[in-house]
Formats: sequence, structure tokens, C-alpha cells
Amino acid sequence: MKSTLMKSILKRKNLGIAAAYLLLSVFTVIMVFPFFWMLSSSFKDYSQILQMRFLPAEPTLENYKYIFFSTSSRFPQWFLNSAIVAVCTTASVLFFDSLLGYVLSKFRFPGKRIIFLLIVSTLMIPTEMLVIPWYAIIRAMKWGNTYWAIMFPGMISAFGVYLMRQFMSTIPDDLIDAARVDGQSELRIFLTVVPLIAASKPRMFTLPVGLANFSGEAGSDWHYIMTGATVAMLPLIVVFLLFQRQIVKGIAMTGMKG
Amino acid sequence: MTLASRRSLTAYTFLALPLVFFICVRFGPMIYMTAMSFTNWGLLRRKSEFIGLENYVNVLSDPVFLKALGNTLQYAFIGAPIVIVLGLCIALLLDAIPKGKGLFRLIYVLPYITPVVAVSWVWRWMYQPPPLGVINLVLGALGLPAGEFLNSPNQALPSIMGVNVWVELGYCSTIFLAGLQTIPKELHEAARIDGATGRQVLFKVTIPLLAPITFFLTVMEGIQFLRIFTQVYNMSFQAMGGPLDSAKSAALYIYQKAFNNFEMAQAGSASIILFAIIMAVTLVQMKFLDRKVNY
Repeated sequence: MKSTLMKSILKRKNLGIAAAYLLLSVFTVIMVFPFFWMLSSSFKDYSQILQMRFLPAEPTLENYKYIFFSTSSRFPQWFLNSAIVAVCTTASVLFFDSLLGYVLSKFRFPGKRIIFLLIVSTLMIPTEMLVIPWYAIIRAMKWGNTYWAIMFPGMISAFGVYLMRQFMSTIPDDLIDAARVDGQSELRIFLTVVPLIAASKPRMFTLPVGLANFSGEAGSDWHYIMTGATVAMLPLIVVFLLFQRQIVKGIAMTGMKG
Repeated sequence: MTLASRRSLTAYTFLALPLVFFICVRFGPMIYMTAMSFTNWGLLRRKSEFIGLENYVNVLSDPVFLKALGNTLQYAFIGAPIVIVLGLCIALLLDAIPKGKGLFRLIYVLPYITPVVAVSWVWRWMYQPPPLGVINLVLGALGLPAGEFLNSPNQALPSIMGVNVWVELGYCSTIFLAGLQTIPKELHEAARIDGATGRQVLFKVTIPLLAPITFFLTVMEGIQFLRIFTQVYNMSFQAMGGPLDSAKSAALYIYQKAFNNFEMAQAGSASIILFAIIMAVTLVQMKFLDRKVNY
């Protein structure tokens, strides 16, 4: 009697797990299909893209050749721009955001809470409101046509500060106190005890602004647009796969109590 | 100097440069725009003069702005709840399965880490009318009528909202899953021993314990959807915000006022109205949703 009850409970549990896998697989298709379709389209030429086959009948690299080597394509320049801006802002954000997170989590001083709240409250400001004054700053400082002009608004990220504070509060205070007792300077403690986590917000690695313009110009040349989208996404997907543990952990951490 | 005050001094030293940054690049510009929103500043005008609340009156009586504001609220009040509920469902499913959590989560986060511009164009490609759009191809194969999606005044907004839900879903479910994993298993077992059904455990134990996370996500996603711009810009014909402004968000309206019409001050007043709405919504959420939970 008892064993049949157990069996039926187990059976129901297995059924539930099977249903969970089924639903998760459906979501997987929804999440992955756009990427698949983009990739597949990027290997099709103009005539094949109209055929609507899931895999290209005759895969071709022509679109990539066009994007990277055609004289009329400005993609290589955009790619370089994105890379430079991404590397510089990421380095800056990593340094300053972890520094801020560290100070706001491990120090006690008057005004700490209000400073933290002020920084986080900037997340509510619509970017469109700031763009106009930024433009005025660029003109006044004669930064026009420099990388710095695009980079300076993103040198510190408020979301990153929040994330880093969450992260730092998981590091035991004892560890830091021990380093202090050893007579290490505060900056040194920050640089050594505190590990660098890979990305505060991976989204800002590259901003392929060019893609928007390019897509506008390309009009209905969807095979070029999809190739451009693939090229814009690729570096991020590579970075994501390399640092997926840290990135997922970082995302998960934002929801924790601070 | 005492140790405490020396430590405070160190803290302020570390904070100095970043604070200068936030003042110059965030607060300063915001105050500047607030001040300018009371003038007739525009790139096509030589001088700007104080005109009081005229910009606000103009903007608030502009039917396009009101339409954009209504759309923005639709994005936020429909989109954010959908992504939070779906995110919770996925997290619960992920928590229930014995193997493959990591892989599924990895796949779901993918849209979140990819550039929004690229993602928007991929979806725009999929939303195309037949014979080009793959979604319509699938609908046709299933014997369903073709959708107009981005070309229809009724469907453009939900279509764009859907993409943002798709993007944010992985973020929400990852955070929910992390929260679920911090709930002690004994609590569930205790409830089950007391005779609670699975559904009772879910609604009386699990969901209340997730309240702080739900609160955080509601605030973050609320802001995210209220500020929606890139998707609308890239997914509408000539970045106009959908047929008959049907998908135009307030952020896109501000952008167009400033960079298509060069009416900087009007753009400024519109952006302050948007900022006020974002702040009001956030404060209301904080008041009603932030209940401390202990276990």
C-alpha cells in the first residue's frame, strides 16, 4: 500500500520534471531561434535570402567579404572604433566601479548612504536629457571627433557601482581587516584583496552605433544587415562564453539584498 | 587624528574623482536642462530668452507627446509585469529540474548580453510581411493568418514590447533563480510536513520570500521599460516610432524634438516630464513594494 503511494508520488514528480524540461525547451527555441536565423541569413546571398530556407542551400561568405573588404563599407572603421571605446570604458568602469563599490561597502563615514543613493538615482535620468548638454560640453572643450567625446559619459556606470557594492558586501570584512592589520595601504588592499570580476554590465562592451546607420543605408539588403548584426554580436558572444560564470554570477548578484 | 576620521578621509579621497564625474556628467547636465527648459533655446535661434512654462504647456498640449506618453506607460505597465511573471515561471522551472540548469540559464541570458541595436534589426527582419518574414512563414505553415506586426498601428507596440521582454527575460529569471537557491530547503519541507500542497508552498512560502527580489526587479524593469528607446528607434520605419506614432516612446519623442526639430528647450521640458514620471513610479513602487522579509 505504502509502496504504491510512493510510486505514484514519484511518478507524478517525474511527470512534472518532464513537463518542466518540455517547457524550458520551448523557451530555448524562442531564445535561440533569432540568433540562428540571423546567422543563417548572413550566409545567404541576395537570391537565397528570398527562398526562406532554414539553412542556406549554398552557404556563401560573400556578405562577410563585402562588410570587411568592400571599399564602400565603413564597417572595419566602426569595428575599430567600437573596440577602442569598449576597451577603454570597460577598463575605466571596472576600476572606478569596483573602487566605489569597495568604499561604499567596506568603509564607514558620514554621508555614505546619501552618496550611494545619489549615484544609484542617476539610473532614472533619461539619457536623451543628458545628450544635449554632453554635446555642449564636447563643443566647449573642443573634443569633437575624438574617441574621448564618445567615451566620457560612460567612464563610470551607476549600475556597475550598485553591482560592485553588492559583490563587495559578500567579501568578509575579516579578510580586509587582516590586510589592514598587516599594514597594507587601503589602495593596495583594494587592488590585491578584491578580485576583479569580469564584467559589471556586459552590454556596454561594444555599442555598434554604426549598425543603425548601416541598416538605414542598406535599406532592404537584409543579407548585409544580418551579416552586420552577426559581426556586431560576435565579440560579445565570445566574451560572454569566456566569462559566462562570472557574468551570470554578476547578474544574479544584482538582485541580492545589499 | 583618530583612526575613524582617518578612514573617513581615505574614503572621501577615493570618492572624490568619481563624484566629480557624476556631478559633471549626470547632475550638472540635468540641472542645466531643467534651467533651459524655461527658455526658448533652439539651435535655429540666435538668443534664448526666459519664457516661463510655455514649453511645458506646448509639449503637454502636443497630441504626439501625449500619445508617446501613453505608449511609454503601456510599455512599462504591461511589459514589465509580463517579464517579471515569465521570469519567475522560468526560474521555478529551472529550480525544479535536476540537470541542465546552467545550460538553460546560459541560453536564456544570451539576448540580454547582445547589443540591443543588432537584436532589434534581427527581429525587424523576422517580423517582415510575407514572403520575407520568418514569423509569418511559420504562421502560414500552421494555417494562421499573417500578422502585420511592425506595419500595423495596433500591432507595432506589442511587437516591440515583445522584443524587450525577450531581451530582459534571461536577466529576470537569472536573478529569480539565484533568489530561489538562497531559500532554505527546510522551509519547504516543513511546510510540506504540515500538510501544505505544492501550490500553497509556492504562494505562501516561496513567492513571499522572493519579495525583495521581485521588488528590485519591478523597479529596475519599470525604469528599463519607461526609458525604452533603442528598440523603438531601430524597429520602426525611418525611426519614426511606428505607423501613426503607434509605438513611439517618450524617449524617442524627446530625441526627435532635439535632433530633428532642433527645439532643445522643448526636448528638455519633455525629458523632465519623463524623468518626473520615472521618479514617481519608482517612489510609488518603493512605498508599496518594499516590505522587509525575514526568515
